[in-house]
Amino acid sequence: MSVTKKKILLITPSRIIARGITSILEEHGGFTVETVLTDLSRENEATVRDSMADIVIVDPIIFDFASRPAGRSRISDLTDAAVIAAPTAVTDDETIKSYDETISIYDTPAAVISKLRNSLAQSAGGPRTENREELSAREKEILVSVAQGMLNKEIADRFHISIYTVITHRKNITRKTGIKTVAGLTVYALLNNLIDPASVE
Amino acid sequence: MKMADLIGADYRLLTVIYRLGIKLGFGEKTVEETCRESGVNCDTFLLIANVYATEGYVPTTEMMTAASAIDLVRYLHASHSYYLDHEIQDLSRIFEDLLRPCAPMQRDVIMRFFDGYREEVENHFAYEEDIVFPYVRSVAGGQRVEGYSMETFEENHNNIDEKLNDLRNIVMKYLPPVCDTVTAIKALSRLCTLEADLEKHTLIENSILIPMVNRLEGKCQ
Repeated sequence: MSVTKKKILLITPSRIIARGITSILEEHGGFTVETVLTDLSRENEATVRDSMADIVIVDPIIFDFASRPAGRSRISDLTDAAVIAAPTAVTDDETIKSYDETISIYDTPAAVISKLRNSLAQSAGGPRTENREELSAREKEILVSVAQGMLNKEIADRFHISIYTVITHRKNITRKTGIKTVAGLTVYALLNNLIDPASVE
Repeated sequence: MKMADLIGADYRLLTVIYRLGIKLGFGEKTVEETCRESGVNCDTFLLIANVYATEGYVPTTEMMTAASAIDLVRYLHASHSYYLDHEIQDLSRIFEDLLRPCAPMQRDVIMRFFDGYREEVENHFAYEEDIVFPYVRSVAGGQRVEGYSMETFEENHNNIDEKLNDLRNIVMKYLPPVCDTVTAIKALSRLCTLEADLEKHTLIENSILIPMVNRLEGKCQ
């Protein structure tokens, strides 16, 4: 439901294609091209890893013939983003299938947008296999602190952990409980007797 | 195509026609006839129906030009009333029933969360009713208003689905065992319906209203 624009990272050696895709996406408004790379060199791998992209669009031609089938998984090692192929040369079916979606350079702008949305829906339901997962003792402590209104920084100080560890714990709490808001976590904590009702107003 | 066939194919469109002011009893009339008789722009109806029926629907420029921004705003306004006056009211009653057997502390905690959600929705809608819709009406009338633009709306159009999603998880996973299961099912299915409908509502605002008004803004200059 968010209107925050979805961030796109493009990897294509073609300036024409990069500009074409960028212009289609800017016109539509729901997406924004944050970064354009021409290949996946070591340096650029770091860019992909550090990017907050929601979708990576890549021309498989950037991988040489022998490594092309493994291209998709090379990108997945770097980021959780959905990965879409935009091939400019004939690419074998198996390789194409490994991508979340494939856009053709002859697609209409509407088709491109709808494929982009599709890929997001698919990767959101991503391959998560855990089933039975209770909150760990540490996660419960952190959940209680969140419910009491503490900020990430304060929680980090209280438990002598880094702020990144706090964020990871909070992500895991939300993943396990399905509850995202602080108010919702407070309800969880109270219903499960993790906190004394008197400690939250 | 017959209106009855369309509704038969996707019953969620019942709420759409209700909000557009189309009454039941259309018998064998076509979509076009039904719309015309109720004074509704048929293209606007089709745009909305497409958002419901097609996942990831992107309207064409022609569709967008043919539809009416005024009708769309009327629809969105009617949706707001529908959510607040029917859906959320009903849910509030269902929750009261559901939580009656609980300890007062548990009841209060969940009801307070529910009220918090209702307040958030009310504020979100109020902003659109007070600022955005009047703006769209004046732009549709060819008059550009200084100090506001669709871009500002786009930037500030925030999420209101998180709390609803939390509420659904709370009912499904963490309700005290004393609660009646049939009432809980009733609450859950209403929550799911509301969640799905609100998602379409937001989609209509983001993928139709915003580009449509962007275009009208261009014409004003």
